[in-house]
Amino acid sequence: MDKEKLLQMYFEMVQIRRLEERGAELYQAGKIGGFMHLYIGQEAVSTGLIAAREPRDRVITAYRDHGVALNCGISANEVMAELLGKVTGTSKGKGGSMHMADTSKNMWGGHAIVGGHLPIASGLALGDQYAGNDNVTLCMFGDGATNIGYFHEALNLAKTWGLRVLWVCENNQYGMGTAVERASAVDEIRQKAEGYGMKNSRVDGMNVLKVYEAARDAIKTVRETGQPYLLEAMTYRFRGHSMGDPERYRQQEEVKKWQENDPIGIFHAYLLGKNFATAAELDALDAKAEADTNTAVEFAEASPEPGMEELFADVYAD
Amino acid sequence: MARITMREAISQALMEEMDRDPAVFILGEEVGVWGGTYAVTKGFYDKYGAARVKDTPIAENAIIGAAIGAAMVGQRPVAELMTINFAFSAMDYIVNQAPKLHYMFGGQFKVPLVMRAVGGGGRQLGATHSQTPDAIFAHFPGLIVVSPGTPADAKGLLKSAIRSDNPVLFIEHATMYQTRGEVPEGEYLVPLEKSTVQRPGKDLTIVTYCKGLELSLKAAEELAKTGIEAEIVDLRTLRPLDMQPVLESFKKTNRAIVVEEGWKSYGVGAEVVSRMYESAFDYADAPILRVAQKEVPLPYNRALEQAALPQVADIVAAAQEVMK
Repeated sequence: MDKEKLLQMYFEMVQIRRLEERGAELYQAGKIGGFMHLYIGQEAVSTGLIAAREPRDRVITAYRDHGVALNCGISANEVMAELLGKVTGTSKGKGGSMHMADTSKNMWGGHAIVGGHLPIASGLALGDQYAGNDNVTLCMFGDGATNIGYFHEALNLAKTWGLRVLWVCENNQYGMGTAVERASAVDEIRQKAEGYGMKNSRVDGMNVLKVYEAARDAIKTVRETGQPYLLEAMTYRFRGHSMGDPERYRQQEEVKKWQENDPIGIFHAYLLGKNFATAAELDALDAKAEADTNTAVEFAEASPEPGMEELFADVYAD
Repeated sequence: MARITMREAISQALMEEMDRDPAVFILGEEVGVWGGTYAVTKGFYDKYGAARVKDTPIAENAIIGAAIGAAMVGQRPVAELMTINFAFSAMDYIVNQAPKLHYMFGGQFKVPLVMRAVGGGGRQLGATHSQTPDAIFAHFPGLIVVSPGTPADAKGLLKSAIRSDNPVLFIEHATMYQTRGEVPEGEYLVPLEKSTVQRPGKDLTIVTYCKGLELSLKAAEELAKTGIEAEIVDLRTLRPLDMQPVLESFKKTNRAIVVEEGWKSYGVGAEVVSRMYESAFDYADAPILRVAQKEVPLPYNRALEQAALPQVADIVAAAQEVMK
C-alpha cells in the first residue's frame, strides 16, 4: 500500500476519534439529543474495511455510524451538523446520530433497529444482482445482532440466492451490557456462518492493516464467487454502549487493558517503525483532524435549524 | 370492455407492468413454480423466468427487508405476502422501515415497493389466518394502504402502486378473487389516494371499501326495494385518506353508516366517523353507525365465523336505524 493511502487511513481514524470526543462534550452540554453511540476504540474496523472497497461497493451499518460515515467520505461538517440536528446535516437534521447516510458516497445508513438492516443489505445486493453488476455490499453489525432472527433470514437468503454481501460482524464483546457468551450460543460469531455454508474468517479488529487485508481478500472472494462471506472483527468499544451507559457490566481493568491496545496507537507505532511517516508528519495529521473538528463544530453551530416546512416534507416521495 | 375476475385483473396489472418496466420483479412464497397460492401469478414463472419471479424462503423479514433494499437501489419489486396475517412477522419492515426511510434520511432514499397481501375472513381458516387488520397499517404515515373492491380498481390501483415511488401495502380479499367486473383492457390507471362513489343515491351514505363494498352493494339493492336509495362511497385507499367524496355525499344525505370487515374498535370506521363529525357535524340528522366484525378472534366453525363477520342484513339493519 502506498504511503498516501496509509496516511489517509491514519488521518481518518484520528478524525473519528476527535470528532466523537467533541460530540460527547456537545452531548453533555445538551446540544446533541437522543441516543448517541460512540465508535471510539473500534475505528480500525470501519477504516480498514472501507479503505478496501471500490467506490461502487455499498456500505450499510447499524446505529454506531459516525465513523462509517466519515470513512465513506461524508464530511465532518455534515456529520457534526446532523448530530446537532441542523438542516445542513447528512439527513437534513431529521435522522440524527443513528441515521447518517449519503447515497452519493454509497453509504446507505445508519440503521437503528438491531439487525434490521441485514435483510435490507441482502436487498441492496439483490438489486445489484438483478441489475447484473458485481458490486459488493458491505454490511456492518455488532455481535448482538447475530442473535436475532433478521440475521439468520438475511444470511440464509444471501447464500441461497448468491448475493454479494460481505457481512462484517464487529464483535466488541458486548451487546449493550450483555457479554457475548451470555447471549450467544457460540461466542465465536463466525461459526454462525458455517450453518449457512458460508465462507468466514476472524480478524484482529484493533489492527487497521489486518482489517484492510482481510477485507480486501474477502471482497475479492465475494465479487469473484458471487457468494456472501462473513468476516468477524474482534474489537472493543472504549466508551459505553451509548452516552447513557452506567457501565456496571465490565471492570475498569478490562477497559484499561483494551485501551493499551488502542488501534490508533498501534497504527501510529507501525507507521513510525516502518518509516512510512515521521513523527512530525503524524503530528500534522493529528493537528488537521483537530482543526477539521473545530471547523465542523463551528459549521454545525452556525448552520440553520430546519424550517418548519421540513416537518411535512418528504413523508412521501413525489 | 371485458368482464373478468379480480384474480385476472390483478394478474393483468402485474403482467402489463412487468412488460412495461424491466425494473419490476416479483418475489414471495410460492409465487413462481407453484404459480401463487391464490394463482395470481400462474404462468408468470414460465413467461418471465426465475430472475423476475422469485420464490423465496418462508421468511417474511427476508422477503420484505430484501425488497426494501432492492427498491432503495432503483428496482421496483412487488413482494407478495401469502396472507396479511404473515405481515405481522415482517411488521418492522412494513411499518418501521419502509415508511420511514424517505423521511428519516432527508429525502435521499426512495422505496418504490409494492407489498401485496391477501386478507379477510370467511374461508374457515381459523383465527390466525383470517384477519382484516388493515387499520393497523393505515396508522403509519409514510405508508400507502390500498384495498380495492372491484376488479377494475384492482387493476388500475395496482398499476399505479407499482409506478409509485412510495411503499404501498396492497390488500386483496381472499373471498373476492372470483368476483367479476368490467375491466378496461391495456393501459388503465386509477389514481391512488382517491375515494370514489360506486353507487349514487340520495337518502343515505354508506362509506366502505374492499369486501365491505360487495356487501354494501347488495344491501343497497335490498334498501332500494323499501324506497331507500343509498349512496356508496368506496375509500379504496385507507392512507392517505381522501374524505372529500365522503363529506360531499354526507352533506347531501345527512345520514351515514360505515361498513368494514375488521373489528370496530380503533378501526377504519372510527377514523372515518371522527373525521365526518369534525368536518360536518352540523349536517348529521342521525348518529353515524358502524358495521364491523364482532370483537372475537374469528372461529373456524362456518356458522360461528359468519356470525362474527359483517353481513348484508347487518348493513340493512344499520341503514334502517339511521333512516328512522
